[in-house]
Amino acid sequence: MLTMDHIYKQFGDLVVLKDISLNVEQGKVVVIIGPSGSGKTTLLRCLNVLEQPESGSVTIDQQTLNFTKKLTKKQIRDFRKQSGMVFQTYNLFPHLSVIQNVMEGPVTVQKVDKTKARDKAAELLTKVGLQEKMYEYPYKLSGGQQQRVGIARAMAIDPKVMLFDEPTSALDPELVGEVLRVMKGLANEGRTMVVVTHEMKFAREVADEVIFMDDGVIVERGAPSVLFEHPKEQRTRQFLNIINQ
Amino acid sequence: MFQLSSTLLSPESIEILKNSFLPLLKGVLAYTIPLSLLSFFIGLVLAVTTAIFRISGIKVLSGIARVYVSIIRGTPLLVQLFIVFFGLGSLGIEFLKFDPFVGALIAFSLNTGAYASETIRASILSIDKGQWEASSSIGMSNFQSLRRVILPQATRVSIPPLSNSFIGLVKETSLASTILVSEMFRKAQEIVATTYEPLLVYTEAAVIYWVICFILSLVQDQIEIRLNRYVKT
Repeated sequence: MLTMDHIYKQFGDLVVLKDISLNVEQGKVVVIIGPSGSGKTTLLRCLNVLEQPESGSVTIDQQTLNFTKKLTKKQIRDFRKQSGMVFQTYNLFPHLSVIQNVMEGPVTVQKVDKTKARDKAAELLTKVGLQEKMYEYPYKLSGGQQQRVGIARAMAIDPKVMLFDEPTSALDPELVGEVLRVMKGLANEGRTMVVVTHEMKFAREVADEVIFMDDGVIVERGAPSVLFEHPKEQRTRQFLNIINQ
Repeated sequence: MFQLSSTLLSPESIEILKNSFLPLLKGVLAYTIPLSLLSFFIGLVLAVTTAIFRISGIKVLSGIARVYVSIIRGTPLLVQLFIVFFGLGSLGIEFLKFDPFVGALIAFSLNTGAYASETIRASILSIDKGQWEASSSIGMSNFQSLRRVILPQATRVSIPPLSNSFIGLVKETSLASTILVSEMFRKAQEIVATTYEPLLVYTEAAVIYWVICFILSLVQDQIEIRLNRYVKT
């Protein structure tokens, strides 16, 4: 379903992703953990081509983007449409109402009829529990509500895979639960998801596979029960010790 | 002091003020306002284009934009006005012999375009990078992001400085009097030539400029209220 093949990414002289290969099957939830600066967010952004790797390739559902070749903007745009991105800081469009935020992708990009797009947006917003906030501007919503709009907006373009970049890291502790609940709901529906997060409880409960990254490489990967309870690598143990303190 | 106010408010003075009001108003309605509005509108189109050229990352385009802004900002408006009207007019090419109004329109539009482009560029750059990323991530092209997401937000940021530019422009149209456009200040000069009352008539013109600018600042307030509706206060 989703494959990363020998991905290299560097910023200036700093190599952030060193030969990353990765495979996610249809309907699986993969959680990426690791210390800050380990490259996990960059990895996720490469999947949405918000960062362009120097080499390697990414495949989502039979469509492959080979970064060794020169890519046109259109190729990148077409590839991007296959994944829905949820940002740490939500990045909602502040000048548009909640429902307009969700309709924007379908209407502007996919040229979906406005009435249809509105119905679908309303449906998605109901799903994330925000049917009553549809006509508000984002600033009126709490962080947790804004992030749920972010999820609805990403889903509106019918992505094959959902990408979450530390979706709860900017939230007050009491608002984390509502966002994780929505994500859990998506996982239970059988959506393919790649999640970068520090929420270990979520990883334990929802992930099919956990990946531990450090210093631009995948150090260890495995089922949550295995990786959390019996980590093989010293670096994984150290990291888990620190966050469990 | 007493003498000054008594002359200013003498029946003869009031008569002169009254008689000049209509011609001055005619100058405002026929030239000052159309010239200001038209050159601001054309200037804005130039400004947005120039700003986009500057941030396009395409060397030729950003180069053109830089040269344009540098030339306009580096030379006095009055000189630009004279070059467009008298300078180009002297070439003997029919196409470049502008009517005074058209000459003024060209010079003011070019001038506004250069200054406002910097305002617009700064407003675009002030919008959070996350907005570009969010719009790209739902599949928008750069142009769609700009049109649907970035410019609407940049507009809000640019209203106060653009209002400054527009108010400045309204007053600068008085320079068009030097190339014989019959805008308000030109009319004032003509009235002074027959009444010999420079203090009275020029003050009247000044008051009219002030009233126009005051109304514009009220309009600015309304636009700001409208554009701030999606921002936490």
